Amino acid sequence: MTKKEVKELKEVALKVREHIIKLSARGGCFIGASLSCADLVVYLYKKFLNLNINKLSSSNRDYLFLSKGHDVPALYGMFVELGWIEEKRLEKHCTVEDDIYWHPNKKIPGIEFHSGSLGHLLSVSIGVAIDCKLKKQKNKIVTILGDGELNEGSIWEALLVAQAYKLDNLCIVVDRNMFQANIQTEQLIPLEPLDKKFEAFNCVVKTVDGHDFKDMNDAFLKFPFTKDRVSVVIAETDRGRGLPSITNKADRWFCRFTDEEVEGLLKELHGNNKTKLTSETLVVR
Amino acid sequence: MTYENQLLEIVQSNERYMVLTAENRAAIRSLPQKIKKQFIDTGITEQTMIGIAAGLALRGRIPVVHALATFLTMRAFEFIRTDVGIPNLPVKIVGSFAGFLSEANGPTHQAIEDIALMRGIPNVNIFSPSDEADMLRGLPKVLASSEPFYIRYNNLRSYVVHDNFEIGRAEVFGNGSNIAILVHGALFNQAYQAKDNLEAKGIGVRLINLRTLKPIDEEIILKAVDECDLLVTVEDHFLTGGIYSVLAEIITKHQRVANVFPFALKDRWFKPALLDDLIHYEGFTGTQLANRIEEKLFNNKKTNYYAEWSNT
Repeated sequence: MTKKEVKELKEVALKVREHIIKLSARGGCFIGASLSCADLVVYLYKKFLNLNINKLSSSNRDYLFLSKGHDVPALYGMFVELGWIEEKRLEKHCTVEDDIYWHPNKKIPGIEFHSGSLGHLLSVSIGVAIDCKLKKQKNKIVTILGDGELNEGSIWEALLVAQAYKLDNLCIVVDRNMFQANIQTEQLIPLEPLDKKFEAFNCVVKTVDGHDFKDMNDAFLKFPFTKDRVSVVIAETDRGRGLPSITNKADRWFCRFTDEEVEGLLKELHGNNKTKLTSETLVVR
Repeated sequence: MTYENQLLEIVQSNERYMVLTAENRAAIRSLPQKIKKQFIDTGITEQTMIGIAAGLALRGRIPVVHALATFLTMRAFEFIRTDVGIPNLPVKIVGSFAGFLSEANGPTHQAIEDIALMRGIPNVNIFSPSDEADMLRGLPKVLASSEPFYIRYNNLRSYVVHDNFEIGRAEVFGNGSNIAILVHGALFNQAYQAKDNLEAKGIGVRLINLRTLKPIDEEIILKAVDECDLLVTVEDHFLTGGIYSVLAEIITKHQRVANVFPFALKDRWFKPALLDDLIHYEGFTGTQLANRIEEKLFNNKKTNYYAEWSNT
């Protein structure tokens, strides 16, 4: 990956983050998790996935399933940058005038399946992966899971089935931001050694820096990592990446900021000082 | 003809069909060898199987999934609601050993809230055939429907000739106007026998085999409400949320008044035993039903029997 390509991806990611931050004012959003997976989402849509919104019936098109649906602001922002939805639609966030809300739904072009209830879309994507294999198509099926989502037993049940059906067209990406809703994963339900857990389910695991495009590219270019086995990318990320004032703060999960705070956060994103945040954290769950 | 043979014919005629099971192969034992790539066994994973079925349906397939009714409708409930119900995908959910058909398994295996659960999900329809022949009559149209369906699998022997099947249409035996018996599923034969017993005593009966509980045949039910002295519901299901509830909703919706006499399980599980034994123990044989209905009709007792029979 050339320096020019990295620079371009960074520019897109910056814009995606701007969209995410703005959504934290319009009804609020799960800003931390959206920012942690923003670079991943940018990399996947720009470099990895063969997806054209006008050619979704193409037999070799790829799929991205966002199983941890609460970080959909990253997709909204990405879809604006891809030209799949108009930016002004984001102003309707959480209003009855549009279908842009806290979790993904299929009325938004680019969303493959609704989500929000954790632990669902791995099995749904397995169904898609099995069908692609049966039809001898070469689609890549990417499913993004949260690390907190790995608490759900349905994930591990689905993994058993995925390895049994040798789904090497399936790529599981874990946004490893080390947090579940209100607390660090290792403080509540420790996941480490996480790579060993996936390996025990016969997956092939690569761990990458989820904010380093070159590192991600080096890993994803090798997909499928091994024939007949499920590929897993553990992307190490920071919750709230790009905004030091909320990064890796347990109480900054779902945030609803004032317009002034958002203005400050947008400046902070571009390198200015930390924003003074007085809006209280909302506990949604 | 069996369920397995008919499913085989349907699946072989259209490559969109996929047969799935969570390692419950009793009803489809010969299919893996015959339909090969259209068959998926996910292991003992009801919720994952439903998720996979949703993914297959997303790709244009029509998955027909099999598991025990109790685990399918309860363990995987949220997956059915969220991954099949919300997107209205044509997944066909075949639950076996529902109601009294679980026989001696015990309460873990008693799906006697399955109708209540499935009919509470928008878009999910319900087919509860009265016996094997009825199931085979309905299967082609139910599988061809573009909507999700819960099928309460029932391969009991048939003793009657069934009408042609239409989704949302009940089938009526007799046109008496003293009693209307509403029944679905495995207790059809007992209800039919009760009809014969009552008619032998000069009581006019019509027996309504509901077939699809959702959509429900409101027209035939309302006609019975308007024409009959007493409406009886017979079901191997909790009193809550089954056809007694469906009937009550229809009566209320259309602002009618009716005498209704329910046979169901009121807030309790049934005695595990072989089918004939447990039906007798629980008071659902044709003779038991007929005697209680007759008593109710002539004495117009205010009591409802479901509350009383833990043992009779």
